[in-house]
Amino acid sequence: MDIAFIWATFLRLIAALQVTLSVWALSVFFGAFIAAGVTWMRVGGIRPLEWFARAYIFVFRGAPLLIQLFIVYYGLSSFPAVRASIFWPFLRDAFNCATLSCALCTAAYQSEIFRGALAGVPNGQIEAARACGMSKSLLFRRIIFPIALRQALPAYSTEVISMVKATALVSLVTLWDVMSVALKIRNDTLVTYTPLLIAGAIYFVVNYMIARAFIFIEQWLSPHLRARSA
Amino acid sequence: MTWTTALGFGERGWGPALLYGAVMTLFVSIAGLAIGAALGSLVAWAKLSGVRVAGAIGEGYAALFRGLPELLVVYFVYFGSSAALTGLYHLLGGEGFLGVPGLAAGALAVGVISGSYQAEVFRGAYLAIAKGELEAARAVGMGPWLMFTRIIGPQVLRFALPGLGNLWQVALKDSSLISVTGLAELMRTSQVAAGSTHQPFTFYVAGGVLYLALTSISDRVFESAEARATRGMRREAH
Amino acid sequence: MTSRSVFGAALACSLLVLAGAASAKDWKTVVIGMEGAYEPYNLTDPSGKIVGFEPDVAMDVCARMKVECKIIAQDWDGMIPGLEAGKFDVIMDGMSITDDRKKQIDFSVPYADVPAALATAKTSPLAKLAGAGKLINFDKDKAAGAATIKALREAMKGKTIGVQVSTTHATFAGDHLKDVATIKEYKTTDERDLDLKSGRIDAVLDDQTEIVAMLAKDDAKDFTQFGPMLTGGDFGVGVGMGLRKTDADLTAKFDKAIKAAFADGSIKKYSLKWFKIDTTP
Repeated sequence: MDIAFIWATFLRLIAALQVTLSVWALSVFFGAFIAAGVTWMRVGGIRPLEWFARAYIFVFRGAPLLIQLFIVYYGLSSFPAVRASIFWPFLRDAFNCATLSCALCTAAYQSEIFRGALAGVPNGQIEAARACGMSKSLLFRRIIFPIALRQALPAYSTEVISMVKATALVSLVTLWDVMSVALKIRNDTLVTYTPLLIAGAIYFVVNYMIARAFIFIEQWLSPHLRARSA
Repeated sequence: MTWTTALGFGERGWGPALLYGAVMTLFVSIAGLAIGAALGSLVAWAKLSGVRVAGAIGEGYAALFRGLPELLVVYFVYFGSSAALTGLYHLLGGEGFLGVPGLAAGALAVGVISGSYQAEVFRGAYLAIAKGELEAARAVGMGPWLMFTRIIGPQVLRFALPGLGNLWQVALKDSSLISVTGLAELMRTSQVAAGSTHQPFTFYVAGGVLYLALTSISDRVFESAEARATRGMRREAH
Repeated sequence: MTSRSVFGAALACSLLVLAGAASAKDWKTVVIGMEGAYEPYNLTDPSGKIVGFEPDVAMDVCARMKVECKIIAQDWDGMIPGLEAGKFDVIMDGMSITDDRKKQIDFSVPYADVPAALATAKTSPLAKLAGAGKLINFDKDKAAGAATIKALREAMKGKTIGVQVSTTHATFAGDHLKDVATIKEYKTTDERDLDLKSGRIDAVLDDQTEIVAMLAKDDAKDFTQFGPMLTGGDFGVGVGMGLRKTDADLTAKFDKAIKAAFADGSIKKYSLKWFKIDTTP
């Protein structure tokens, strides 16, 4: 093994971690807001909004992110009307497009998780709260939201972690994240496994830290379950 | 070449190739989900068993395959298993390369990844079973096997269904990485067609539409399965 | 599974591969891996057959060597592991011969060398760059090469240039233009061309044949080739077949056959058919 090559590769990949992490953090952050809106439309009981939310989830969850990214970055820009619009300064930039695409996609997954968590709030709790005369907003703030949040966490951590790996697709729009830099080094040197293994180790460490953070939050939110959690 | 010719079923049309790719994607994803279910329930059982070593192995497996980039897993599964197979073949006196078929290696790779996620889904579903039901079952003298087939199994499946629906989507997406094995699934076919005709836009949109078609069929399947599994439960009030 | 056992498995795999490749072979059949998505080097027709410049060259030289050649499709991501594992014996995929790559695999003599060229919008000031159409060889005429780089650096100041990643064009742009211009690297040329048309980039640097093919299309009438064509130096010696280092005998056979195919004009014929120009190195 060539130690100098390993070290040089490691440094280049660590430098690219900035791209991976910034696309990831921004898209998960904005995705959560979009997801909250979509979930509200999906379960709010207003028919047209529910249809819109269903269509949104269907499209952004069903089509691969790679294709969504292609359409947002290369597809939209092929229309002169888009290039003349006020959105062009935003859409012209690869980083904006990548973050937007990742946010739209993860929002579809996140909203399904939120919906599942809301449905999982036990009926008894809601009935009890109503019986005590809680108002709708108080019921949501005190009972539904905290319980749903806690129930959503395991699935949410999975989605957040898979987004770290999903950002490897952004090289399609000329952003060079950890995985694509590893592939680039492989293409230039034809050394196949070393760059990929180093990239794998970096992803593993990052994802492991995120997973630990979620376990910590989950335990902190579930003091009453501590005796039972395996 | 207009897009209608490009996507058509004529001599220069990619219609049949794309449909074939969609069928391959479907096969690999279904097989991957099934392999993942087997691995996932095994790991969930290991984590719940209370046996320290089994739990640690299960934990390690889940952490490794959830943390590693999927492309890397596909690499190791395909080239690792092919190299092992070729080595065995040489030991038996054979010559040349013996590859694991792309479909099998792809399904195994998707399954190994899916299994690491399914383990968590199954574990969560098991923990969601009301404790009282298990105690009641024990109280009436049910054996472990009967308890599993009558009480635990059906309820785990019911609670796990929404999570499995999400993982089915993940398996569909992961199947697009197994083009490394040479299998002409939907994503590779779209990319090959785009590169051969210089019409990326046409073929990426066509590929996207076919993925949506697969999703829409599978959504139906999961919805009716969910409706069937929860038919004995109270509807949520909100 | 621990990460240590993954390394162990990887090691075991590579040992198995070495054991497999070490046995000397009497070459009767040769398997060639191609991507099948790199028009016009190699492309796939809708029936799944791989056609193009490289399949024509391959069939020609194989006939000269009296071996039976089989072409199989292989995604680029699995190209080197596939060669190492013995899934195929030769890579033909428009792969430029470079010193870094030679550390891992052996190359045949080059079978094509396409000069690099530049393209931009007709309205761009770049379109008026001097030396249009002139061929500059960095190896043969050092003075003209230095002058060309100076002029290019002057013209490209503050511009954005698109190149395909891991090509000699990317190497050239990185070596000579990175500090004055923004270099954007694309995974495929199609995507880069879309960005040229949308105005995200000001110029592209690519094989002259690619540039001509791109400009020939209906939606590219506002764009033009500009400046000199470039060869030698960073652009290397051309594209060659990639083979395992343990198969020196096979590489020698291919070298001989490729030279013979150049001598009687066969490869020139294929290059005129697929590239429309003579790409003889």
